[in-house]
Amino acid sequence: MKLAVCIYEGPYNHEASDSAYHFIKAAIDKGHEIRGIFFYHDGVYNVTKLMEPPQDDRHIANRWSELGATGIDIVVCIAAAKRRGIVDDVLVDNVRISGLGQLTMMAIEADRMVTFGD
Amino acid sequence: MSDDIKKIMFTVRNAPHGSIYVYEGLEVKLIMAAYDADISVVFMDDGVLALKQGQNTEELGIKGFEKTYGVFVDYEIENVYVDKQSMEDRGMSVDDLLVIGEDEDTEEPIKPKIIDAGEIAAMMAEQHNIMSF
Repeated sequence: MKLAVCIYEGPYNHEASDSAYHFIKAAIDKGHEIRGIFFYHDGVYNVTKLMEPPQDDRHIANRWSELGATGIDIVVCIAAAKRRGIVDDVLVDNVRISGLGQLTMMAIEADRMVTFGD
Repeated sequence: MSDDIKKIMFTVRNAPHGSIYVYEGLEVKLIMAAYDADISVVFMDDGVLALKQGQNTEELGIKGFEKTYGVFVDYEIENVYVDKQSMEDRGMSVDDLLVIGEDEDTEEPIKPKIIDAGEIAAMMAEQHNIMSF
């Protein structure tokens, strides 16, 4: 199945980003295709390289970047990002800023859109 | 792709001004309405409060979006529904609902259509994808 994943919450404060990550890993292991990942609302904070968590904690931004390196399209909403001070300069690698049109295409092209957030 | 237009439903379940979900969710609807997709919006749970007319966000210091809801129809967002039970639970009647546009021919004001959970379930079953804000 072709899946798209939306993440609405920021890192560490809320489990949405962790749940989404584990869901995606499990889906890939089961042979599903990830059409794209879209960060919206406070979710845009998940992919800033300015984060520096303690070494014994997971590095949420790097984890998304590594997933992006496998070829999955990871998109940060430009409108939500600009509101929150997230710009190209602070993004981790393998993630891009683009518009809600990308979310639209994911919603149209994916068989299922799965949302993580309140 | 015009022979294969996807049905996409938005559900609005959060209260309007305590968080940004409903406001940024509105931005998604406006963009998506410009694409080749069959859009519908269902307000339910606390989301029905977003449809109350006479909202004033001035003292909150935030922009508000009642005016934008008022031109939903102009943005070709015409399939707008509200859950009957959620309205009743919150003491709302059809008189409380804001207007989302006017009929092209008769110029009659259009309000969101009140439907029940069974009708919402049937509509959900027809969707390609559902997004919640």
